[in-house]
Amino acid sequence: MADTETLPGLSPPLVVPARRLHLSPLAAFGLAMLTIFVLMAVLAPLLAPYDPTTPNLRARLVPPMWVAKGSADHILGTDHLGRDMLSRLIYGSRIALSVGFLGVVLASFIGVSVGLIAGFWRGPVDSILMGAVNILLAIPNTLLYLTVLAVFGQSLLLMIIVIGCINWTTFARVVRGEVLSLKEREFIEASRSIGQHPVVTLLRHVLPNVLGPIIVIATLNVAALIILEASLSFLGFGVQPPTVTWGRMLADGRNYIATAWWLAAIPGLMITTLTLSLIFIGDWLRDRLDPRNAS
Amino acid sequence: MINYVIWRILQMIPILLGVTLIVFVLLRVSGDPVLLMLGEDAQPEQIEALRLALGLNKPLYQQYLMYMADLLTGDFGNSLRYNGQPALQVVLERLPATASLAATGLLFAVVISLPAGIVAALKQHRMADHIASSFSILGQAMPNFWLGIMLILIFAVTLGWFPVSGSDKPLSVVLPGLTLGSGLAAMLTRMLRSSLLEVMQQDYIRTARAKGLSQSTIIVRHALRNAALSYLTVIGLEASALMAGAVVTEQVFAWPGIGLLAIQAINSRDMAVVQTIVILSSVIVMSMNLIVDILYSVVDPRIQHG
Repeated sequence: MADTETLPGLSPPLVVPARRLHLSPLAAFGLAMLTIFVLMAVLAPLLAPYDPTTPNLRARLVPPMWVAKGSADHILGTDHLGRDMLSRLIYGSRIALSVGFLGVVLASFIGVSVGLIAGFWRGPVDSILMGAVNILLAIPNTLLYLTVLAVFGQSLLLMIIVIGCINWTTFARVVRGEVLSLKEREFIEASRSIGQHPVVTLLRHVLPNVLGPIIVIATLNVAALIILEASLSFLGFGVQPPTVTWGRMLADGRNYIATAWWLAAIPGLMITTLTLSLIFIGDWLRDRLDPRNAS
Repeated sequence: MINYVIWRILQMIPILLGVTLIVFVLLRVSGDPVLLMLGEDAQPEQIEALRLALGLNKPLYQQYLMYMADLLTGDFGNSLRYNGQPALQVVLERLPATASLAATGLLFAVVISLPAGIVAALKQHRMADHIASSFSILGQAMPNFWLGIMLILIFAVTLGWFPVSGSDKPLSVVLPGLTLGSGLAAMLTRMLRSSLLEVMQQDYIRTARAKGLSQSTIIVRHALRNAALSYLTVIGLEASALMAGAVVTEQVFAWPGIGLLAIQAINSRDMAVVQTIVILSSVIVMSMNLIVDILYSVVDPRIQHG
């Protein structure tokens, strides 16, 4: 039996000319910053000058070194318990990146599977799956996350699972739409007409052709999940202390806003820089991978 | 048109059923409602009696049907935290505060994004475009609660122009409204810019220019009207995000709306109030989507619902 990949009309997906992968300055900035953040998370024990959770009451609320009364011992200052801000920020990146990336891996797995199945088989399966999407879209997500986390508890693993299980709707909708249009294409019909199992058709011919949009959504979704994790931690529903999270640092810092601005300002700046980097990378990927931008 | 609206409302029913099912399951796994009501030191006989009275000894599907019957008669249960007041009443009392915050947020989003999007599109690749685009990307990247705290630091603590928190002064709504609307403003600016750029390439715009119409007439009467459809779509889709954003914003500014109430209710396991907020906010989100759909046909006469 002839392999469908040799059939005419079949173009290998995601083969992008090298010139189209040329980095824009913003994307280069985004990639460089993301690399720094990932290295920071991985090498946290080596990079952090102090233990992020040990209080030092003699050095409470020390400002950053460039501010009057600042000290070179604590480059970014200390918090209300005298813990080193730089060390806490370095360790906090671990939770932000873990929730962002692992949450997206789980969400995209569920969403892509749902989208492929709903788009390919249509009928009652499609109605039920898209009904589930509509239900999840109707509930303001933060409320749902808060309730579920309050009911089931707050650990890193649980947070990733909850986020993954709620956040898959965008992937499902986009993939379903792509599958609906791909289904009419000749190479998919060819694959079906030679009797290939539908799952083989889906995985070998449909999936590779929807990878472009998935990668773009996934990148932008990591940024959204990092903000979500920070929001949930800020509200007290994130991973619990002594684990350091940027959102919790911000919540603590809010109480000292009049006397120690750096406690709230610097963690927010970290979150914004990281999400900004991911948005730059996502925008660049969209320009490169979306066939509608090919011209 | 009326048929279309009725059809859309009918379509909401299965979605609402799904929402109530999720809420029902969460209520059941969140802990024994009888123990929550009676406290940990209740006598076994008391517990059993209340369990029977509430129908908790029946199979789950029957419990769900009873629960739905209660909801349909407006009985959302009683709040544990607010002296046994009906949960619906507790939530409805807080609704106007959230509505005024959301309306202010939406107003800020439109007032910022309309000029910013138009200027960015008209001055493409010029300084004004770069500034508007940078702000809109920044607005998307920034967590809104952080923006809220920074606004408090600058405009309330340092300059003293606005109150730090609460809702008792006329200017109290400005900073929370700006915080809530910033993300939407950023998204709308980006979207309006790109759809205006697309519309401005069309033949009828060239014709309008050839007729000698002024730039402002072309934008307002031709381009903007055609870009309005996607603008409205984003507002409709973001209704849910606005409600979700209200939870965080209200927490930052101690704004006494249903977002703050939700956090307090979740923390004190006041599940009757939690379920009321989840169901009510879903209804609001769906209604906003419906209103946007109806507005489509006002903006674009080619779309005829019916």
